[in-house]
Amino acid sequence: MVTYIFDGSLEGLLTAVFEFYERKPGSIKLVSQTHFEPVFLEETLEIINDETKAKRVWAGLSKKISPEWKSRFYKSYLSESADIFQHLFDFACYIFDNPKGAEDNFGHPSVIALSKMDKSVNREKHRMKAFIRFQETGDGIFYAPIEPDYNVLPLIASFFKNRYADQKWIIYDLKRKYGLFYDLEKVEEIIFDYVPEVKKSSVHLPSDVLNDKEELYALLWNDYFRSTNIPARKNMKLHIQHVPKRYWKYLTEKQS
Amino acid sequence: MSDRIREKLNILADAAKYDVSCSSSGSNRKNDKKGLGDASASGICHTYTEDGRCVSLLKILLTNHCIFDCAFCVSRKSNDVKRAAFTVEEVVELTMSFYRRNYIEGLFLSSGIFKNADYTMERLVRIAKKLRLENNFNGYIHLKTIPGASQELLTEAGLYADRMSINLEMPTEAGLKLLAPDKSHDDVKKPLSFIKDSIIQFKDEKKIIRSTPKFVPAGQSTQMVIGATPETDMEIMYSANEYYKNYDLKRVYYSGYIPISYDTRMPMIGSQPPLLRENRLYQTDWLMRFYGFDVHEILNVKNPHLDVDIDPKLSWALRNMEQFPIDINTADYKMILRVPGIGVGSANKIVQARKFGKLRSDQLKKIGISYNRAKYFIRCADSVFQLNAPEAFKIKNLILSESSSKYLKVPQNQLTLF
Repeated sequence: MVTYIFDGSLEGLLTAVFEFYERKPGSIKLVSQTHFEPVFLEETLEIINDETKAKRVWAGLSKKISPEWKSRFYKSYLSESADIFQHLFDFACYIFDNPKGAEDNFGHPSVIALSKMDKSVNREKHRMKAFIRFQETGDGIFYAPIEPDYNVLPLIASFFKNRYADQKWIIYDLKRKYGLFYDLEKVEEIIFDYVPEVKKSSVHLPSDVLNDKEELYALLWNDYFRSTNIPARKNMKLHIQHVPKRYWKYLTEKQS
Repeated sequence: MSDRIREKLNILADAAKYDVSCSSSGSNRKNDKKGLGDASASGICHTYTEDGRCVSLLKILLTNHCIFDCAFCVSRKSNDVKRAAFTVEEVVELTMSFYRRNYIEGLFLSSGIFKNADYTMERLVRIAKKLRLENNFNGYIHLKTIPGASQELLTEAGLYADRMSINLEMPTEAGLKLLAPDKSHDDVKKPLSFIKDSIIQFKDEKKIIRSTPKFVPAGQSTQMVIGATPETDMEIMYSANEYYKNYDLKRVYYSGYIPISYDTRMPMIGSQPPLLRENRLYQTDWLMRFYGFDVHEILNVKNPHLDVDIDPKLSWALRNMEQFPIDINTADYKMILRVPGIGVGSANKIVQARKFGKLRSDQLKKIGISYNRAKYFIRCADSVFQLNAPEAFKIKNLILSESSSKYLKVPQNQLTLF
């Protein structure tokens, strides 16, 4: 079996599908460079990204599956998980090799894998909408650092743009080292090169760069969080299930 | 200054927490004119308290001063608690600044009744109006309908609120009379039906005149307190069913009574809130709303109470074994939905997937059904022929022995001897 190695991008993945149909090698294994471990006597093919080929594959998929499934495909891709790359590849081939409507076959391993991964990515996207906490800086920018399990920033940009249309904000993915900046007009991708007063790894901004009222609101929110709890119903298991511990360091109400 | 606002928030959030609704779903309000806020149709829980309940809205009372003396209520006139009241500006500022930091989806504003119904309702409306018109706030607003408030005020409230609610308090009229002699369910029915009719009227007008404003776009809800008075589960759910049907409610909430008073008519302070019972009632509510069950199938004179050890869907299936097993590959969608261990999502996937070939048990497991539970009620492509089907009580024991219910363990307030 041939192993196709691609660069981890969506364009690379789609190019791989194109190459597969051009070469018809039987069956292949698809891995990204970061996950690739060379094995003795293994036949490999390095995929060279090709925008035209990728676009043709995407257009081909678009003809056969609904916009809803295209979005599932894209969202599954954003999970960046090693297993899902192979499933995305297999799914694309399954769609091309079968008549229209094949994506409804939840008995097929790749269809169900995409469907499940889409659900996980959606959950993470939803969590970011819920768990992002802005802190207002002295110059009026609302800043929120996050570390999502999946690369969901592209999926939440329009949500935050519509919601916080009258305030400048930054959402920064500390894990993937890029962020979104809204300047009251449009959302742009940004990368922090060197920020002297903000340590790139730290979650909460030092108090000297914060707006005067920021600490009061954080305190009031903490108070509210405690007052609205009913101790007679305490259920920490359920609490942790809904608010997994890995998110606690970003949550204002979980400090102190 | 900051100490006073902190104290007020603590008192008035504490007094509001017994209203369990925190839903922020169902609205379609959009951010216009570059203001603040945009409704999320599915609602968002921004955090969860340590009791595991969703925190979606800033849920506060405008004041906990109240002229009524309802035995089940923590803000009753005769209760010796600290009293406080927010100003209109304070509520607006808290809502805006919490929303800007993505702490909340919006505001849930309720209040004790001070002076009279109209006076109280007018204050609630004033806050919602200020948020919408002066602060261009498009987040979620849930307003409490104050029983006895004028129709003019209710109509105005509906123009600014996304959801309105008014609580039945006790599931039956008799229960309510026992604990709050001044109140009656009629006080609840009148505004519920007035707002329901107004929602329909506004929707009809919208079809003709596009600029017709939104009116309570996320609908109405209500709440009943469970376990303070001796109603059966049947009485509770029949009452809920009636309100769903007659008033087109979005939700009925069931709130297990948390003892807050030494009143001898109710459970004493320190007794455990009926969490399991509450859970079973919600399961029944879901079966009615999403699984096509009629409430009479689940609760009736022969079965006036829900089982404690198993959920109502399993309980129904075991009482109706003559309808099982069903063949996953041929059965009607409605019947697949009735199988214990199969939810709405899986049922949909099964119906789509079986067009491509007969489904086997390994595929069903991957689709995500709870196979260990469902297997007693279904047949699929690789099911082995069974000569005599096991009896209901045997199935129940098999399922119980495999599962570990979070409720069957020793309650926290009970001492273990060994």
